[in-house]
Amino acid sequence: MTSSVLPSNVAAREETTPARKQAPARSTTWRRRLPLLPALIFTIVVTQIPFVLTVVYSFQSWNLVRPGSRHFVWLQNYVDVFVDSQFRTALLNTVLLTVFSVLLSMLIGLALALLLDRKMIGRGVVRTLLITPFLILPAAGALLWKTTMFDPTYGLLNFVFGGNTDWLAEWPLTSVIAQIVWQWTPFMMLLILAGLQSQSKEVLEAAQVDGANRWRTFASITLPQLSRYLQLATLLGAIYIVNSFDSIFLMTQGGPGTASTNLPFYIYQRAFQGFDIGQSSAMGVIVVILTMIVATFALRLMFRTFSVTGGVK
Amino acid sequence: MRKPLTLLLVAVLLGVAGCAGAGAVGAGGRTLVVAIVANPQMQDAIELSDEFERDTGITLRFVTLPENQARAKITASVATEGDEFDVVMISNFEAPQWAQNGWLENLEPYIEASDGYDEDDFIPSIRSSLSYRDSLYAVPFYGESSFLAYRKDLFEQAGLTMPANPTWQQIADFAAKLDDDEQDIAGICLRGKPGWGESLAPFTTVANTFGASWFDENWNARLNTPEFKKATQFYVDLVREHGEVGASSAGFSECGTRYGQGQAAMWYDATVMAGTNEDKSSSKIVGKSGYVAAPVEKTKSSGWLYTWSLAMPKVASDKQGAWEFMKWMTDKQFVKSVGEKFGWNRVPPGCRESTYDIPEYTRAAKAYAQPTLDAINEATQENAMAGKVPYPGIQFVGIPEFQDLGTRVSQQLSAAIAGQITVDEALAQSQEYADTVGQAYRETR
Amino acid sequence: MTTVDTRPPPVTRKRKRRIGSISLSALTWVIAILFVFPLIWMVLTSFKQEADAYTDPPKLVFGPTLDQFAGVIDRGFLPYLANSAGVTAMVTLIVLIFAIPAAYALSIAPVKGTTNALGFFLSTKMLPVVAAIIPLYVISQNMKLLDNVWALVILYTSMNLPLAIWMMRSFFLEVPTEMMEAARVDGANLPTLLYKIILPVVAPGIAATALICVIFSWTEFFYAVNLTAARAGTVPVFLVGFITSEGLYWAQLSAAALLASLPVMIVGWIAQNHLVRGLSMGAVK
Repeated sequence: MTSSVLPSNVAAREETTPARKQAPARSTTWRRRLPLLPALIFTIVVTQIPFVLTVVYSFQSWNLVRPGSRHFVWLQNYVDVFVDSQFRTALLNTVLLTVFSVLLSMLIGLALALLLDRKMIGRGVVRTLLITPFLILPAAGALLWKTTMFDPTYGLLNFVFGGNTDWLAEWPLTSVIAQIVWQWTPFMMLLILAGLQSQSKEVLEAAQVDGANRWRTFASITLPQLSRYLQLATLLGAIYIVNSFDSIFLMTQGGPGTASTNLPFYIYQRAFQGFDIGQSSAMGVIVVILTMIVATFALRLMFRTFSVTGGVK
Repeated sequence: MRKPLTLLLVAVLLGVAGCAGAGAVGAGGRTLVVAIVANPQMQDAIELSDEFERDTGITLRFVTLPENQARAKITASVATEGDEFDVVMISNFEAPQWAQNGWLENLEPYIEASDGYDEDDFIPSIRSSLSYRDSLYAVPFYGESSFLAYRKDLFEQAGLTMPANPTWQQIADFAAKLDDDEQDIAGICLRGKPGWGESLAPFTTVANTFGASWFDENWNARLNTPEFKKATQFYVDLVREHGEVGASSAGFSECGTRYGQGQAAMWYDATVMAGTNEDKSSSKIVGKSGYVAAPVEKTKSSGWLYTWSLAMPKVASDKQGAWEFMKWMTDKQFVKSVGEKFGWNRVPPGCRESTYDIPEYTRAAKAYAQPTLDAINEATQENAMAGKVPYPGIQFVGIPEFQDLGTRVSQQLSAAIAGQITVDEALAQSQEYADTVGQAYRETR
Repeated sequence: MTTVDTRPPPVTRKRKRRIGSISLSALTWVIAILFVFPLIWMVLTSFKQEADAYTDPPKLVFGPTLDQFAGVIDRGFLPYLANSAGVTAMVTLIVLIFAIPAAYALSIAPVKGTTNALGFFLSTKMLPVVAAIIPLYVISQNMKLLDNVWALVILYTSMNLPLAIWMMRSFFLEVPTEMMEAARVDGANLPTLLYKIILPVVAPGIAATALICVIFSWTEFFYAVNLTAARAGTVPVFLVGFITSEGLYWAQLSAAALLASLPVMIVGWIAQNHLVRGLSMGAVK
């Protein structure tokens, strides 16, 4: 489950764990829960009340610009959503977008982190440059790519590669993925870099002594050590990228047709162009349920590998 | 030694936050919150607004957003009867509907109490498009119709002459002849960007003049008729063969840039484009364009009718103050101020007839002033459409569902322009959408 | 440290390594420049006149001007900047105040149901921001919180809490148990434990969490645009107002985008060391 070569800190912790389990038996559970309460109560109030309202709205037929039309239709909205072919397209696009963006940004982030994990001139400057895409406003980044990179006549991509390709029209989803990958690669790179730099020097040197070459060191020691970081990066990246809205809103408006519409954008369209509150709320609820199902499986997988059990670690 | 420093930093930040929070609660004195769309003419108004603040002592706070977002925000606010905004900028699409819903304040009493405002000066078609039961519920800021801009120099070079009232077939032929791939000059620029206010505006006028319509008098959706198909095929083919690159995501601004950089021989779009075409700071082809009426096929005229106007939500708190501002931004003096301060090309066009009597304006806008006025005057359903329809609007269907329906159909159109689906597929899907809407109206009739 | 060396003699090996190292460094530099080229272009464009900004082929040489920046500030950038700064500061502060005790409870003094609590926090991030907007709009309207910075502060805090708790918890797990046991034996109560023992150890972690909070609060776009208007508008709202529907003013937009992103860029650049250190301390347990 865990790597056979552990930093000493972790090994020590594992040894003291059983002792820790017994030690605080005297404290009451309530006193220990107390520090958690402010955050928990705040979160419950601020997130669950809107969520409950969303569920209530999802049971109604309510069009904001047709006053007097609001009434309960219970599960009708949900039926309509599942029958809607545009919803299915948006769902597929969301999955494709998330999977490819996370994978690509992680691979590129890994490559960049490896390049940075060595002594070189101006290493700090290079690292500073590379994290900047993550620091600018996503809205600014999307506009930047739309006008300076993807524009058919004035864009840099066509300037470099020649031709008249209308990237946003001919390759909409790919273009959006490219922009998101550009924005999120620094985040992945930072996490992985942290993982690389937390490797124990002794372990690496020991491997070198044993005659292992670069690739074997990477495969047997670095990669397992990194796996936790990679998994965290995947989870966080996925949660944020699933909700990507700015890029699509500002670059393609979901088009052409519905080629680059993802779920958040489709919900936005239903709510702010159709002003159909009932349907957009139903879609929101469906997205929550789907994300929870996927995340539960993913988390279970992660927790098992992390050996986090029963809140001890 | 880090602790005191951190505490100091925290204190400073809290102070800043406190100021920001206090600002949100609102300073004393009269303040008006105005929600407007981010267009150049509006920018000029914002710049001049210092005058208004000085004269009246009212503080103005502008909320400027791009069109789609401004619409969404304003609609959400007005429809839920929130009092976020004292003045909102809406178009002739929303005005009659919202007036009917009782969301807007009737402006007739205010107009009558204002000497010299002269509401009869407003161009009649514009005026009636903002009225409900003969009362104005929104006052126009600028109005537009649509016409065709063409490069006189390129026409001369090719030995072509533009007729006074061209047909779409003639335009298609011109576009084929003038389309120059080597020089990267498109035969014609037409909008293809999704949006009921983007590609659907020019497209619907084309459909109208080909004899088609969205719905017939009995609210049957008519997107599957031969006329509609012919119009759609025509539009899509023209754009794909001789239109600009990137047409499926080109809206007003993108086409404007291309035409202004000299990369299109013709451009069919809103009459306000003329202001930008003739503006030296952004256009490379000043003085080279001619302007003719919107091309037709089966109808007398084809231009659309659109106006950005100011309205007052019924729940606004300072109604008198709101009216003061609305009056200031739409009266005759404002037109003169913009002309004198920013140049006569920047004057809000197409709403007051008196503007077209100002000599400086007619001189500066010689190329397009009269065509604009003519287009707006002729923009009525009788002139622009072949048959009768049960809804208001020339380039849009004046029902609340149209924002949604129009956007969905425009997405299909844009996909057809991008070559992802065929015209038949686009129309089949669009017919379905329209039919659902039509059904609701058939039932409630 | 003795090895059996079957490789080529030291001199050639060293030279080979140096050449390889230099070319690798050069490669890294080239890749970095290429990667951030869009940003470099944005900076260049913000110094151009409008006519130079949109040309075919793109212009590298041009007469620079500060007009665009002046124009941005003229348009009232500073109040939006103040709002963003205030909101970001408040949110970061409140998130840390809530997250540190919560993370403590979930790590050092764990209770039954920790996994459930963690899972719950994470699940709150699964409702798309877009779907909750109408209920939030209606609630804010009723509570008179529309166009008010406090609405944003509350929302952003709830948005960032899950991540902050998750991160802080991992940092807490790094604190050596022996230190804490020793302090407890010495009779230290919770606040002293926290201040003197734990916080110094996790300080880089706090910096890392704070930086993430700052980034996500500053750049949040959707709630800001929909729930604020004139008084409480933040920087993304200001930027969006530059996108006009009639005419592309790309140079001005670049200047606005640059000014809008600059504060967080500077903070990020300064704090990146802390971030990496904090994360490498074991953000992943």
